[in-house]
This record gives sequence, C-alpha cells and structure tokens, in this order.
Amino acid sequence: MTDVTSTDLDVALVATPAKARARGRAGSARIRFGLTVIILYAVAAAIGPWIVRFDPVATRTQDRLKPPFSRLSDGSLAIFGTDQVGQDLLAQMLQGARISIAVGLATLLLAGTIGVTVGLAAGYFGGWLDSVLMRLADIQLAFPSILLAIFIAALLGPSVVNVVIVLAVSNWVTFARVTRGQALATRRREFVDASRTLGAGTWRLIRRCVLPACIAPVLVVATVEIGHVILAEASLSFLGLGTPASTPSWGVTIANGRNYLADAWWISTVPGIALAFLVVSLGVLGDALRDRYDPRLRSL
Amino acid sequence: MPFDTPLLQVRDLHTTFPLRSALLRRTVGHVQAVAGVSFEIPAGGTLGLVGESGSGKSTVARTIIGLEKSQSGSILFEGEELTSLPPARMRQVRRHLQMIFQDPYASLNPRATVEQIITEAWEIHPDVVPRDRFKPEVRELLERVGLNPDHAARYPHQFSGGQRQRIGIARALALRPKLVICDEAVSALDVSVQAQVLNLLADLRSELGLAYLFIAHDLSVVRHISDQVAVMYLGRIVETASQQELFAEPIHPYSQALLSAVPDPLPWARPPRTPILIGGDVPSPADPPSGCRFRTRCWKAQDVCAAEDPALELRLGLHPAACHFAERRTDLVAR
Amino acid sequence: MTAEPLLSVRDLRVEFSTAAGVVTAVDGASFDVRRGETVALLGESGSGKSVTAQAVLGIVPKPAGRVTGGSIHYDGRDLLTLPAPAKRELRGREIAMVFQDPLSSLNPVFRVGAQIGEMFRRHRGASRKEARAQALELMRRVGIPAAEKRLDDYPHQFSGGMRQRVMIAMALALSPRLLIADEPTTALDVTVQAQIMDLLARLQDEEGMSLVLITHDLGVVADVADRVVLMYAGRVVEAGPIREVYEHSAHPYTTGLMGSLPAIDGPRERLTPIQGGPPDLLDLPSGCSFRPRCNFADQLCADEEPALLDAPGRPLPHSSACHHSGKVLSDAF
Repeated sequence: MTDVTSTDLDVALVATPAKARARGRAGSARIRFGLTVIILYAVAAAIGPWIVRFDPVATRTQDRLKPPFSRLSDGSLAIFGTDQVGQDLLAQMLQGARISIAVGLATLLLAGTIGVTVGLAAGYFGGWLDSVLMRLADIQLAFPSILLAIFIAALLGPSVVNVVIVLAVSNWVTFARVTRGQALATRRREFVDASRTLGAGTWRLIRRCVLPACIAPVLVVATVEIGHVILAEASLSFLGLGTPASTPSWGVTIANGRNYLADAWWISTVPGIALAFLVVSLGVLGDALRDRYDPRLRSL
Repeated sequence: MPFDTPLLQVRDLHTTFPLRSALLRRTVGHVQAVAGVSFEIPAGGTLGLVGESGSGKSTVARTIIGLEKSQSGSILFEGEELTSLPPARMRQVRRHLQMIFQDPYASLNPRATVEQIITEAWEIHPDVVPRDRFKPEVRELLERVGLNPDHAARYPHQFSGGQRQRIGIARALALRPKLVICDEAVSALDVSVQAQVLNLLADLRSELGLAYLFIAHDLSVVRHISDQVAVMYLGRIVETASQQELFAEPIHPYSQALLSAVPDPLPWARPPRTPILIGGDVPSPADPPSGCRFRTRCWKAQDVCAAEDPALELRLGLHPAACHFAERRTDLVAR
Repeated sequence: MTAEPLLSVRDLRVEFSTAAGVVTAVDGASFDVRRGETVALLGESGSGKSVTAQAVLGIVPKPAGRVTGGSIHYDGRDLLTLPAPAKRELRGREIAMVFQDPLSSLNPVFRVGAQIGEMFRRHRGASRKEARAQALELMRRVGIPAAEKRLDDYPHQFSGGMRQRVMIAMALALSPRLLIADEPTTALDVTVQAQIMDLLARLQDEEGMSLVLITHDLGVVADVADRVVLMYAGRVVEAGPIREVYEHSAHPYTTGLMGSLPAIDGPRERLTPIQGGPPDLLDLPSGCSFRPRCNFADQLCADEEPALLDAPGRPLPHSSACHHSGKVLSDAF
C-alpha cells in the first residue's frame, strides 16, 4: 500500500529551504575543492616530469642541500631546494607524484576487482560460498599488512609491482564488504524477480541488476580508500619495503631526508606536506561523495 | 495440444519452506505455504485467487512462474510439465507465461530506462522482436498501456505509482504471453488509479485474448475481473466456483465470513447484512490444525472436523467446497 | 450532543520545507467534530488528512513541518497557542491517537502490560500493582483472549490485529474524549478489519467519545461514521452526513471515487475512474486543484479557487467546494 500510506509526502525533509540550499552548497563546495586539488596533482604528475626533467642517477655535489628558492650551479631556480645528492626537489616530487598516484590507482583497480568479485559471489550466491569468502576476509583483516609487506619484500625484493600487490591484498576487504552488502540487499528485490521471470539467467541478473547497484557505493569507497593507499605506499617506501630507493616515490624522498631534518628540513617536509594535502583532499572528496550519494556508508 | 486441454493445470501442488533457527541455521520446522492446491485455467479465462495473509496465494503464483520450487504436485502449462523442465526449456516456456508484480516501486530496476526494462525481454528472447524493431515496438507497447511513448528514455522514479504499474504491465506483455499472473497487481495503488489499471487489464484481455491468474485479497476487485474464483485459507483452496455463484451463495464458512467482512460503501441502500465476525488469529502455517484447517475459528466446528480433513469436492450440488457442514447462505451480500 | 463542537478546525495551514521547495500539505482546512460523533476524514495520497491529525495532536514533524495558519479549538481552547506542558496534558488524557502500524508505535523492548500500565502510572499516579490491574481490565475490554497471560508478552508476539487492539487499549486508558484513528485497519486482513471496526464502534458507544477515522477506504467507514470530510490536495472538498454525501455527491472527486469502486454485488460494469493521477503538491494548478482531472472544469475553475459552500438544493449541513456542484448533483440522476 505504498501510495496510500505514505505520510502524504515522500520528498526529503529538511529544516528549512535555506538550510537545504546551504547544505547543498557546502557539499558541492567540498566536491569542487577535492576535485580541483586532485586534478592539479594529476596534471602535475602527468606532464610535470616532462617539463622538469629528473635523472635518477645524476649527482651534483656542488648543489647539494641548497635551501628553497636558491640558484643552482647551472643557473636554474630550485623552488623547493635540493636534496643530499644535489637533485632538484621539485623534479623529484613531480616524479614521485606520478609514482604515488600510479601506484594508488593500480592498487585500487586490483583491490577493487578482487573485492567486487568476491563480494558479488558471496552476496549473490550466499550459502557456504558466502561463509568461506567472509572468513577469508576476516583472516585478511586480522593479518597485519606490514608483516605481509616485509615478507613479500624479503622474498621478491622491493619493486613497484610488489607494492601494488601487497597493498591490493591488504585492501580488497572493504570493497568486498560493501559489494556483498549491496548484492544481498538487491538480490531480494522485486525487480530482480521480474527479470528472472522474463527468463534472465544468473549472469545477466548479476550484470544488469546487481552490479549497477554496487557501482555507486564502490566508487565512494574507492575515493575514500585511495588516500589510505597512497599513504600506505609512502609508509612502506619510507620503511624501505616499497618502491626501490632509486624510484623517488614520496615515501623514499621523505626517508632520504630523515637524517637532514635539522639542516635541510625541506627534503622531508615539502613532500610530506604535499602528501598530506593530497590525502586530506581525497578524504574530503570521498566524504562529500558519500554524504551525497549514500550516507549509510558513514561507518566506513 | 488437443483443443479442450486447459491452458494451465495445477494438481495437488505443495510448496514448503524450511524454518531455520537463526543461530545455528538448523532446520527446525517447515512452513507449508501451499499444501495441496489444484485448479485449472482455460485459454482466455480468468481465475481469481483470493485469500488473506498466510493463505499461500502469492506462493502459488511464485511456484508456477518458477521463482519458488515445489516439493510435489504438477503444473501443466499447455500440456507440458513445468516442475521437471530443464532450465533452457523453461526459458522458452516463459515466453507464454508472465507476471505482473505488486509493488510498483520495487518491481522496476531503478537504474534502467523504461525502454531498457522492456527491451530486456527481447534481448533474452531474440526470436520475438528483431533488434531494429526495438524502438517502434516499445512505443507501441507504451501506447497500448496508456503511457506517453516519448517517455521511453525516462527512469522509473520519474513516474507515479500507477504509471509504474503500467510499465510493469508493458513489460509483462512484451513477449506476447498467453497467461499473465497478476500478483496483487493493484493492491498498492490508490483507489482512483486502481480503477484505471483494472480497466486496462480488462481491455488488454479482450484485445489480446489473455488468460489471467488474478491474485488479490480484495474481494470486490477479484469479483470484478474474474470468471472463476478460488478461496484460499492456510495453504489450501476451501471453495471454488464461478464468480456469480461464489458471491451469491458461498457455502464454506470461511468464504461466508470473508464476504460478510467486505466493506460496503452504501450499506443503507440494501437490506442489512448479517455480520459474521470470526474471532482468533490465523494459525501458524508452520503448525496448522489437524483435520480441517479452519476449524479453530469456525462456529460450526465439531469433532469430525478435527479428525477428518474435508476434501475439496462438489457439495450441495453446487460447486466444490472443503467443509463437512457446507451450507447455503444468501444473507451475506444483499442483492 | 451539545451545540458547541468538541473540536473545531478553522483554516488550518501546514507547510513542509523540502529539498525541492515548500509544500503546503494542508491548505485551509475547516471542519468540526461534535461530542459523541464519528467523523471520517477521507482522502488519498497527498490529501493532507494525516498531517491534519498530526497538527491536532501537535506532532507535526519539526522543524521541517510548521503550522502556518488557522486555529484548532478543542473544548474552547486554541491548541495552537497552548503552552507545551498544557498540550502534553491534553495528549493522552483527553485526546488520544491510534496509528496505522502498531509495530512501529509500540515500544518493542517493553512488555505490553507495562506499556499500557504506564499511562496510569504517569497520568494518574497509580502504583505498579494498580496499573497492572487496570491494564488487564483494558486488554479484556478490547477483546484480547487470555489477557492475563498476554500481559507479559512483547509486541512482536502478537498478530497484527491483536497489536492494534493493544494500541486501542493504550489510547483508551485515560478515557479520552476524542480518539483519532489514523488508518487503523489499512494494514490488516479484511476479516480482522471488520473485528477492529466493530470494536471501535462499540467502544465509542460505551465511552461516549468522539471518534475521528482517517482513511482512504470509503467502504470501511460507511457503517460506523456519522459524517464524512473529504480532502484533496490539502483542502476540504466535500463534507456532510455520510449517507447524504455518498448518495448525493456534490463534488466530482467524490463521484469519481464512488465510480472507481468495483461492486461486490449487482451487475459488473466497466469502472468509471477519475482520469489522471494523484496531485503533485509541489506543482498544483491554479484555482481548483482538482481541475486537471475534472470533466466539469472550465475557465472559472482555473481563475478562482472554489470556496466550501452549502451544496445547492440539498438539506444542510452538506458543503462542497466546487463551482459546478449543482451540475454534479443533477448529473447523477
């Protein structure tokens, strides 16, 4: 009796229209802010290294540990200063941006694919498959990811690919949980029965009915998670378990500057600030998207 | 199939659901949702299946259409046994056997356009409509159910409840079925909209020669659209008759109680009805009474009712009813 | 029945702020309820009937909903200007409400006997023992079998019809003078519906209280109500004694509703439903809100909102808000 028994109104109620508009504006302001920052970083990562060339093996000892805005021996301006081997910090950071963002995206793709597949299987088919897969997820959550990172790094050596694998394995569970929840909620709905009545098989039902319902929450989760992933990669690299020392991800750069905090604070600090800013912006964007599209995910 | 074979024949259908204890997922009992139901529908005919909550009428619909599995009994559609069909053949049978669902808000995919909702049928069954004819056929279907064909690219949330139900009807008709099961298809609509949809269903039936299995809890609605009516209680059919006979002279006590409870908007215009108020609650389908299932609420109940389950057979020379003490009453609905 | 009505609603206006704009859920509704009478407040979705009842009880959801105009006089006092403590006094003691879905209005974690008994403990200062005895008495009165055993049951252990009886028992506890029942039987099976309507009628008779029945079902109230008030898009479109309004409808909406009902007996004729769909409260037409669905609509209906006037040529009190009520009445014959 849906039509008749609603309290005469099934539109979203808010305190006053003015408040509604204000909330809407704040929400889209957050989205605009987050997107702007991310686009800036992405553009910097994409074309930056072409503009400001970085050679990983070059060392210019005469330019080492120069503070920000100093002129180098070849006449160029080092906006963020130089590191302990004389490399321009800006060039390093742009390269690092590329690596961090690439690792972040690759990890999300891998974790997302694993997670969504597992979640769909568990949620749609249920039964013993659900139990097995969810126990697997629980084990994964209980297992410390640092330990896994150390293990993989020790076994296979540090490399970008290994970092992606480690991070994906540590992070697929959130995707699986969200997808499973949506799959469980959707498979019982009448429109799925309706498609089944038309003759749709399992694959079509998953593809046309269940999967589209999962996309929005998964995207929200992804936006929230990418910040965590980038931070995790920086942490691993800082510890020497992530990208190799020769690949200047931000974590590596921060690690390199550890011994020079007193004299050349900019080596660690500037990439640190850049990293923090990106992660916070991603978080703000993720929150805003979640609030707008699916407030029930707040607990994540 | 020989000329006089009914379109749908259901014989002694049983559908049971296991009751699981929430903690250990052990099966602690069974709910006999459908406990031996038999009926027939001829081509172009309409059977109204009426009952209250717990009667099992929706489960009957879902079992016939294949959304639930029956434990025993047979379902013959155009002479073919559906309960043992391989899935590929069932898909083909589905072309001629379709369903309209109750909830206009839940039965349409919120992320698909109206066109996609309808063309899904033709994507699953490519032999019905060729791809290049999708758009014009969608337009024609929408017009036929009283919707604006220009709205084919809209999403369900942009339509009202009554319009969504029309979309559901269009979807059910897409495969040109012979039998459409209407599972409480008008129950969730406002009275004024309900009347529109009932008229539409009647028109489509005469235009397309459809047969209906019409499931509802509202007796007046069932009477309006059905040729034959079957009354269900706790998983069984207790009485079945032509629409005229059932409403003029019900002989099973439950049917009589049901009929006397139907609200009449003009009670003063007719001689007063005798109200029959049956007390108590519907017993749990997991633990139905022995013998006649209605005996716990029946004013005629005697020992034989607990000992012997009355069979659904012709009584009083009128029509089948499942009661040891079937009796005619004409004072329930004033004529 | 004394001449002074127990409840008098005049020009009530209730607005809701929504994300899409301001919605006027009730737009100038006026009606009376006399002592001891049963009034049916009839309408479909968007009619504003439930919101009207909420306004009477002071439970319009805040801050989104606001009463922006009119008056609600109960026993001479304007409820809208009453201070909050006085309103709370009235609620439960003099004015009680029964809702549609007892499962969401009964507290699931408290036993039923305790919930009913609470009315006595809070408002009459009764001891726990006294309250329990009173609760038992009430449960028997509303027809709950084996009441002594069921006092200690939780709401989910009752069937739908029994839960509704529990709600009615709670509402009746302090012998209110006005009981408002909002769709009390909509979620129930038809046999149970008949039991509950019979119970309400009997109790109303015994207590001599006024009863307001809010529903969309014309048939359910026909046996029980004295007068009927029909609402559409937040306005009262027709009001009068129920038999008079049903048999001599003076508004096209009423005749349309009567024509939409399939008959339980007599010949099976094609239904004559109202064209169009329920009103969109965010986008109402000018003048008469029923205009887009009306066969009698003309320019006057677009220009001028019809006032609620006496139905022409009909015995009073029978009012209708239609420019063409005369034609509607003669059309029926």
